[in-house]
This record gives sequence, C-alpha cells and structure tokens, in this order.
Amino acid sequence: MNHSLLMAILLLSPFVGFLINGARYRKNGPNLAGWLATTAIAISFICSILLVADLIGMPAESRRIAVSFFDWIVIDKLKVAAGFVVDPISAIMILVITGVGTLIHMFSIGYMHHDKGVAKYFAYLNLFVFNMLILVLGDSLLTMFVGWEGVGLCSYLLIGFWFTDKDKAAAGMKAFITNRIGDAAFLLGMFILFMTYGTLNFFDLNQLAPTVPEASWLGAATLGTLMLFIGATGKSAQIPLYVWLPDAMAGPTPVSALIHAATMVTAGVYMIVRLNAMFIAAPNTLMIIAVIGAATAVMAASIGMTQWDIKKVLAYSTVSQLGYMFLAAGVGAFGVAMFHLMTHAFFKALMFLGSGSVIHAMHEEQDIRKMGALKKYMPITHITFFFGWLAIIGMPPFAGFFSKDEILWKAMTSPLGHPLLWAAGVLGAVMTAFYMTRLMALTFWGKSRVPKEVHPHESPALMTIPLIVLGLLSIVGGWLGINHAISSILPGHPANVLEHWLGPVLREPSLDGVHHSVTMEWALMGVSVGLAALSAFVAYHFYVRSPETPKKIAESLGPVYRLISKKYLVDELYFGVIINPLIAFSKNLWHHVDVQVIDKTTYLLADLMKGGGSVVRTLQTGNMQQYAMYIGLGLVAVLSFVLMR
Amino acid sequence: MLLTTIVFLPVLFALLVTLWPREKSLRHLALGLSLIEFIVSLVILRDFSAATPALQFVEKHMWIERFGIQYFLGIDGISLWLVILTTFLTPVVILGSWTSIEKRVRGFHAALFLLQTAMLGTFLALDAVFFYVFWELSLIPMYFMVGIWGGARRIYATVKFFIFTMFGSLLMLVAIIYMMYLTQEGLGQMSASLLDFYQLKIPFVAGTLLSLQTLLFFAFALAFAIKVPIFPLHTWLPDAHVEAPTPGSVILAGVMLKMGTYGFLRWVIPLFPEAAEHWAWLMLLLGVIGIVYGALVAMVQPDVKKLVAYSSVSHMGYIMLGMFVFNSYGVTGGLYQMLNHGISTGALFLLIGMIYERTHSREISKYGGLAGVLPVFTIFFFIITMSSIAVPLTNGFVGEFLILMGTYQAHPWYAVVAVTGVILGAAYMLWMFKRVFFGEKGQLIMEADHPLHDLNAREIAVLVPLVILVFWMGLLPNHFIDYSKASIEHLVNNRTNYSLPLPGQTPAAPTEAQ
Amino acid sequence: MPSTDVINQIGLSHYLVLSAALFTMGFLGVLMRRNVLVMMMCIELMLNAVNLTFIAFSKFSGRIDGQIMVFFVMTIAAAEAAVGLAIIVSIFKRYREVNIRFFEHLKG
Repeated sequence: MNHSLLMAILLLSPFVGFLINGARYRKNGPNLAGWLATTAIAISFICSILLVADLIGMPAESRRIAVSFFDWIVIDKLKVAAGFVVDPISAIMILVITGVGTLIHMFSIGYMHHDKGVAKYFAYLNLFVFNMLILVLGDSLLTMFVGWEGVGLCSYLLIGFWFTDKDKAAAGMKAFITNRIGDAAFLLGMFILFMTYGTLNFFDLNQLAPTVPEASWLGAATLGTLMLFIGATGKSAQIPLYVWLPDAMAGPTPVSALIHAATMVTAGVYMIVRLNAMFIAAPNTLMIIAVIGAATAVMAASIGMTQWDIKKVLAYSTVSQLGYMFLAAGVGAFGVAMFHLMTHAFFKALMFLGSGSVIHAMHEEQDIRKMGALKKYMPITHITFFFGWLAIIGMPPFAGFFSKDEILWKAMTSPLGHPLLWAAGVLGAVMTAFYMTRLMALTFWGKSRVPKEVHPHESPALMTIPLIVLGLLSIVGGWLGINHAISSILPGHPANVLEHWLGPVLREPSLDGVHHSVTMEWALMGVSVGLAALSAFVAYHFYVRSPETPKKIAESLGPVYRLISKKYLVDELYFGVIINPLIAFSKNLWHHVDVQVIDKTTYLLADLMKGGGSVVRTLQTGNMQQYAMYIGLGLVAVLSFVLMR
Repeated sequence: MLLTTIVFLPVLFALLVTLWPREKSLRHLALGLSLIEFIVSLVILRDFSAATPALQFVEKHMWIERFGIQYFLGIDGISLWLVILTTFLTPVVILGSWTSIEKRVRGFHAALFLLQTAMLGTFLALDAVFFYVFWELSLIPMYFMVGIWGGARRIYATVKFFIFTMFGSLLMLVAIIYMMYLTQEGLGQMSASLLDFYQLKIPFVAGTLLSLQTLLFFAFALAFAIKVPIFPLHTWLPDAHVEAPTPGSVILAGVMLKMGTYGFLRWVIPLFPEAAEHWAWLMLLLGVIGIVYGALVAMVQPDVKKLVAYSSVSHMGYIMLGMFVFNSYGVTGGLYQMLNHGISTGALFLLIGMIYERTHSREISKYGGLAGVLPVFTIFFFIITMSSIAVPLTNGFVGEFLILMGTYQAHPWYAVVAVTGVILGAAYMLWMFKRVFFGEKGQLIMEADHPLHDLNAREIAVLVPLVILVFWMGLLPNHFIDYSKASIEHLVNNRTNYSLPLPGQTPAAPTEAQ
Repeated sequence: MPSTDVINQIGLSHYLVLSAALFTMGFLGVLMRRNVLVMMMCIELMLNAVNLTFIAFSKFSGRIDGQIMVFFVMTIAAAEAAVGLAIIVSIFKRYREVNIRFFEHLKG
C-alpha cells in the first residue's frame, strides 16, 4: 500500500476513534466504546507493522519513510510541514505505542466496565495515542512539540478523569503545569537550535550538528540541547520536575500503564535519541543528563522502598527506570536507552496492569499492607506479575536483565561514562530489587491481611489476556539485544538485532581504541546481578519470613527513614519556596501595585484637577453685577495693554 | 465604494434599528443586518490580492481642502483581518446577547452598530484627522454600553475608561496637528494623509527626550499604549470588563484593544522608525512586564471575569513584544495573536456571560463541580481554555510561538522572561478551571433554586464558529497569514523608509533585507 | 452766525466725550443698580452710547459704514430688549421680585 495512505490511517484511526466516542460520550456503552477504541488502535498497529515491514526491506543506511501532508507554519526561513517519518528509531516507538496500546485498551474494557464515563475515557485514550503518534512520527522539533503538548493535555484529562475528587483534579493540574515548565524550556531549546542552524527538522539538525564536540558551555548545541533536556525532565519525570508523576497515579490504572509507564514518559528519552548527533556534539549536556539520570534512578528507588500504595511504588519505580534510560543516553549509548525504553514498556505496563487487576479484585484498595497471599486467588495475575518482577530486578534471561546490564556496562566503559555512574546504577538496581520484592511479598505472598469483607477474585479474560501477552514479552523482549559476551556462549551466537537495527541511524561515541576484556564484562554483570539477587533475597526474608525486622530497621533509622518516606519533602519544598510565595507575591502585586500605586496615582491626578477647580469656583459667585465688573476690568486691562505697549 | 460601504453601512443599520417599529423582531433584524455586513467584508476578502503590499480598494477624496484633510480609506494585509474580525464578532455578539440584554434593546443595537462603524473606520482610515474622528467616535458607544447596560459599579468604570483613553488621545491629536504643520513645511502643502506623513523625515536625536521625533513618538505611543493596554496603564481594563455587559466585554477585548496594537503597527513604527527603534527596549520591557504581571495578578483574582481581563493584559504584552522586535516572525506572530486574542478572549467572555446568566455570580470560590452539571458548557470552555493557554493545534500556539521566536531572534533575554508567561498562563487558567469545573459541587450549584440548564441551541450556535476558527487557525495558519505576508515583509524590510504604494504603483523602495 | 458757529465748533472729541460719559453712566448703572429693569435700561444706554460713537466717526470720516453698523446695533438692541423683558417678566411672575440680589442660583 501507498506509504502516505498507510501513515494517514496510522495517525487518523485513533483520532476517528476519539471523535466517535467523544461525540457519543453519553450514548456509547462500555463494550461498544471499548471495542471501538481498541479496534482503532489495532488498525494503527497493523499499519505500523506494514510500515515497519517495508522499512526492513530497505537498505540499512537509507531506512526512512517520510510523508508530508501539508504545510503548517511557513514564515521566512521557518518552514514546518505536517511531516511524519518512520525510521528505525520511530519504528520501535510506534510498535510499542500501538502494540502495548492495543493491549491496554483491551484491558480497560474490563477495568472500566462499571464506570459511567467509559466512552469519554476511551475517547481520551484514543486522543492520547493520536498525540503520541504525532510526537514520535513528527519530522521536526515543532511537529514533535505538537504531540508533546498534546500528550500532556490528554494526561491532564485522564489523571483528572474522576474530576469530582478535588485531589485528582489537582493532580492533573500539577502534571500539566509541571510539564509546562519543561515545555517552556523546550521552546527555548527550539529557538536556540533554529537560530543557529536555521531548521527544526531532526534529520537536518543531525546533519548540521558540529562533528567536533563543543567544549564550551555556551555553544548553541550545548545550550540548545540543555534546554531540550530540561523539557525532557518535565515530560519524563526526572529531577527536578519528577514530582507530578507519583501524583499522576490518581488516574485510572490502565492510564498509568499506558501514559505514565510505557509511552508518554519515555518521550524525553526518545527526543534525545532522535537528536542523537546534536546531543553527542554537546558532551557537557550529556554529562548533566547522565548525572541527573543516575541521581533520579537512585533517589526514586529509595523512595520506592518506603511507599505503601501499590501504584506509588510502581510510580517511583518508573521514575527510577526512566533515570536509567537517561543515564544510558547521557553516556552516549542511545541504542541502549531505546532498548531499555522498550523492555521497560513491556514489564512496567505489565506490572501496572497487574496492579490494576489487583486493585480491581480488592475493590479499589491500593494499600499493600491490606493485601498479602493473593497468589492463590489470582494465579494468572500473580504469575505474570512474577515475570515482570524478574524482568525489572534484572534476572537473566528476562527482558530487563539485558537492557539494564547493557546500561551499566556502557556507564562504566563508554568514553563518556564514569565508574561512579556505574556504582549509582548498581545501587539503584539493588534498591529496585528490594522494593520490587517487597511489593511482591506484601501483595502476593506471605500471610493474608485482606479485610474479611473483601473477596479477591481473578479478573476476567479481557484483563488477563493482555497480562499474559505482556508477560511473554517481558521474557522474550530482551532477546532482541543480547550483548556479545552472552551471545558468544549461546548456541548459534544470536546477533544483537537491536544494535544492527539502530546502529546506522545513531551517531554514538566512537569506541575505537577502547578495549575492555570480556572477563571484565562478565565480572561487572556478576556483581550487579549478584547484588540484586542478594537484595531480593533479603527483602523476601524481611517481608515473608520475619515481618517485624523491617519495622525495627525503619525505627532505628529514625529521621532518615521519615525523610525518605515523606519523599524527601520535595513537594513541601516546592510549595513553601516557590508556589506559595509566588501566590502571596501576586496578591501583593494586585493589592499594592494595581490598587495602591497605579490607581492611586490616577486618583491623585484627578484630585489635583478637582482641587484646582474648587479654587477657581469661588470666583463664580452668581452675582451678575460682579461678572459685569470683571468684564469691565478685563476690558480696561486689555485696552491698557494694547495702548501702553 | 466597497470600503465606504463597509464603514458606513452600520450607521444605516443603526438608523434602521432605531426606527424599526416592532420590538419583537428587533434582534432578528439586527442579526440579519450584521450578517450582511459580514458578507460584505467577505467580498473584500475574496477580491483582496495577497501578492502585493499596496493599498487596495482605495478611496480618496478631498474633504477639507484648506488643511489637506482627506476622506481616505484603504486596506492592506495588516488591516484586512482586523476588519474581518470586527465584522465577524458583531453577529456573534448580537446572537450572544439575545437574552442577556433586556432593557433598551433598540438603543443597544444602535450603539453596537455605531461602534462597528467607528472600529472599522479606525482600521481603514488613512488620513490622520479622519482616523482620529473614528478613534474618538469609538469611545462614545462603548461609554454608553458600559454605562447603561453594565453592572453595579458601571459609572465608575465608564468614567475611568473614558478618562484614561481620552487622556491619551488628546496628546495624539496635538501630535497630529503638529505633523500637519510639518507636512506644510516639508512638502509645501498641508496634508493629513498618512502617506504624506510617511514621507516626512522627522529629525531624531538619540539620547535626548526632547528630540522632535521622540516627542511625537511618545504622543502617539501613549494613546495607543493606553488602549492596548500595556503596563502600567492597564488598570482601566479590569474595571471596564467587570462592569461591561457581556457583548461590551467581547467587543472591548476582541476588537477595541486591537485598535491600540494596530495603531502601533500602522502609525507609530513606520512614522517614527528611529524613535521606535531607539525606544523599543522600553516597549519590550513593558510588554514583558505586562506578560508576567498580568499572569501573576490574574492568578489571584477571585472573579472569573477579572481573571480573564488580566489575562488580556498578559496576552497583549505578547503582541507588544512581537511588534517591537521588528522581524517577520515577531510581527506576523503579533498580528496573528491579535486575531487569536479576539477569538479566544471573546469566546471566554461569552462563556462567562452564559454562566452568569444562569447563576448570577462570577465568584470563583462559589463554583465547583460544574463539569458534572453542564458537560457541554464544560467542553466549550475547555477548548477555549486550551486556545488561551496556547496548546499546539489551537490558534493561540501559532501566535505565541512566532512571537517568542521573533523575540528570541532579536533579544534572547526578553524571550527567556516572556516564556515564563507560557507556564503562568497554564497555571492561572487551569487553576481557575479546576476550581470552577472540578471538585465537589460548589455553593452556587447546590443552592440553585432551579436546576442549571446546559447550553441551548442558540448558545451553541454562538460558540461553534469560534471553536471552528480556533482549530482552523491553529491547524492551517497559512490560510490567514498568506494574506498578510506581503504587507508584513514590506513593513519589516522598509521600516526606516516606509511608504504604502497606492494601487498600480510598485513599492517605492526595493524590498531588500537590511 | 455765532449759533451755527457753535455747532460747527463741536468736533469729534466732543461726541466721543459725551458717548464715553453716557457709556460710563450705563456701565456703572449695570454694576450698581439692583433693579433688573433698570439694569436693562442701563444696557440700552450703553448701546446707544456706542451708537453715538459710530455716527460721530461716520460723520467725521465721511464714510457710511458706521451708520450701517448703528442699524445693526439697534436691531440687536430691540431683540435684546424683547428677550430681556420677557425674562424679567417671567422672573417677576415666579418670584414677585426684580432685585438682582435674589437671583444668584448659578453660584459655583
């Protein structure tokens, strides 16, 4: 089929779904609305497969399907079209978005079955996919920005989906405004790059990017990419703008799976990979990205260890995993960042849907202290969640192992890497293993703490099938990027498919002259996997065998524990230092500058006029003869002036 | 004759409305008449040639020969869309005020039509005195509109509005008269024609306030700045908006504020290029302060209408920024933002009017949970909110993006400050949206003695054209910008030596970038 | 003849002095008299003083303009008297009083 037609269907199918469900938001029932929306995304998925199949058929160096529909903004040098591109990078994204998206839509039919606004929910979800596709397919920063803001908008709508709850509405608003801070920086980044390179097109920018890395902090590439990265910290929930993501769990759980785990939050990583040549030209920016990524990975994981809400744990886990992706991008390993993005989309979507299944079974209960021993009630959820758990803590041969291990390896050995980054990564992995095992143990294993009136049950097939598919993907997903150390001992020496796929379109730091022994690779791998396994075991021991121990440890840590469990008081800090003072300041501006200064000044002018008038009015006595006298005196004065001159 | 028709047809309409014998069909008549006017403006659009920066449909007759004052109308890419915005908003406003204006219906529509003439005349007149007549004329119907159909403190608001704007205008009048004398000295014959004004080389000395061009620049700029309004001359605006009836607010925000920004583009920048360039920093600074200040103050307003009024201050700051960076991104963005603001803020005022008719309150804290009660209203309000905070694919984004980009090209630091407006804009609008539409049902909705009805067909008919424009302008901005491109390029490239060719003439100066 | 001689000796300045005297009397009357009717009469006196000046100039410069002007002034005076008297009559009807001191309603 014709590429532009395929692209149009790929993009518009979710949009049409949105229009239909949106227009009939009061009439469409859960099944109609749900299947309509799911079909819309499935159509997109098929289109994506067809497009990617064509892409595979092309020679490796020129894999690119570009379609331009119409000119959007054309002024002077700025020429931005509604142009969309499928290349190896966006190919991965569209497959993940539409593939995982279809599964999550399907899951939602079961999950949202009893909700009154179900058609509205699916309309929003479709709109989100539409915007996400624009984001990843857009051929320029500005087209990407359309999707970038669009997904933020849908995220806002979906987080605040149950808007009658004030806190949920507030969470949506927080997400949008925090993202807007990043977006403002993103705009500046666009301006800097456009003014320097005269284009916003990704491919032109990558072509024009300086080949010699910029040493200065004030170079266009460095400043531009730095600004874009600040934009990414908003969208992808990194320090310092990550605060919205945990709150975003106020939305329906499938939304958290789709938007706040698998797709939207990875947009920042995707953007960096998209502009890889430009970022490589700015080593200073990359250093900041790596440091922020590593710091976020560790910090979010530490908070994750102290949370009791199943979704909050997963949310902090997402923030932490996104940190890994930025760490990878920051050391110039863009391909690996994409790899982890993909595997994370599988296992984190799986875990969120699994948590949705649990919450559904527990009648909207999210506190893991009130769960336990759900294994026997929900076998399918348990087993799939189990796979997700193994994947995220990086146990071979599950998906997360390959991608996370590759990130740690690159953090150590890349010319832009540093042993400290590796150490942070390992620390994060250890903590991840701990909180994830804790989550598993408290939810599925150990003794049941379920209240008597709640009767957990396995979810319907509509919900378990997506879980099973994602569970399988969490196992095999990592096999696309097997590194050569492992590959060399496997029968048939499987190739690193992903590296071959992405390699031609990425500009990564050259590894010439850098030699690392295979032994070292095995050693590092052993250290990280071993420590993670140990940590998982410790957590298992704590939460299943001797549930009293963690409490004692928490007590002995005292203030440190409280600080972490209160999320380092970052929200309080932002409110106390920025938001509340700003509101107070605004009130002062209004009451004092507007009312006291400006209006008072104008009143003063008016009063001056009035005062002048009241002086002169005394002349107006009403006595006509006096007036006549003035006339006479005036006449004398004028005449004498004329005559005496 | 087309321009004379479009300018003076509403006067005829006003007469017709006053003389119409049947009170009942008055609104229908007014709506029909305003639609006729809109169609006439579309004829202009159809016949307009986008390829040239020259004036089109020119009508030029001597009016007062002794002073060289002419009856001089003409249109180009800069005024075209503002004219159409005016003729478009009038029927919308008439339909929107169907039930909200209850007393003196006849007078209201007559005033509206008179106002339309004044606004169109302001955009189309190319003779200084002629322009000034329309400029001042626009005050009178507005004065009555706020003073008769306004809210509780309407008299205070009208007087404030009138005195603020009048004050600026008088200085402009002095400047116009002075410039007429200059034409006599410079060109040998007194003239008030803008084209003759353009030819004047007014002496400019940098670094002193007392240089002739600087003084004239400030005399004109003050008049326009009050109208725009830019900080710190904005305090009349929130009061006027809060007290004005809905249609008055819509016209005031939608069109009358644009008279100020248009004045900068048509008069100030090309007439006093050196002074404009030299003092651009001041205008940019005030623009940026306006953006941030307006947004911050809007954030803490307890009254929805006042919030939107302050958001206008913020948005108009963007337009000032765009115009005074003197590059085609900024100026195009500024012009585009004028239209955007007319549509989205106009729509916001209409929406606020609709809810006010139902609850008789604009207090944000008394609302809450409206989304569950009035879903259709909520959808419309949300779309317009998105347009107001410039989400891509709505009209607001194109304008704001171009302005910020133009600003960045010329003065990066101003752009860095202005970009915070993007954040604050989202903050005040969404916070308001949250408090009004989300959460539990508020006091007003609980206590309403009768259930609130969602939008009726008429109200939807009012809003749909606006929503269509929001997306049309956001998705296909070139449909609109293309008409103005030639004029804007001409202005940007020949700023220091500006002239507007009459039809048939080629531009005097070669249009090369400097 | 001595009698005509006297008349011939009357020059422009005599007329002017006379009219100035008349004018001053009229003006003082307007300023000092309280009765509105009398004030009106004083105004007439002033007008006629001016008329005298006009005629004097006309005669001594041998031009006709001044006399034409006098007709104008007389017409105006007549109109003024008509309007003024009407006002006075209506004031009197309303207040039963023609003293100017009672009519200070336009005080600032």
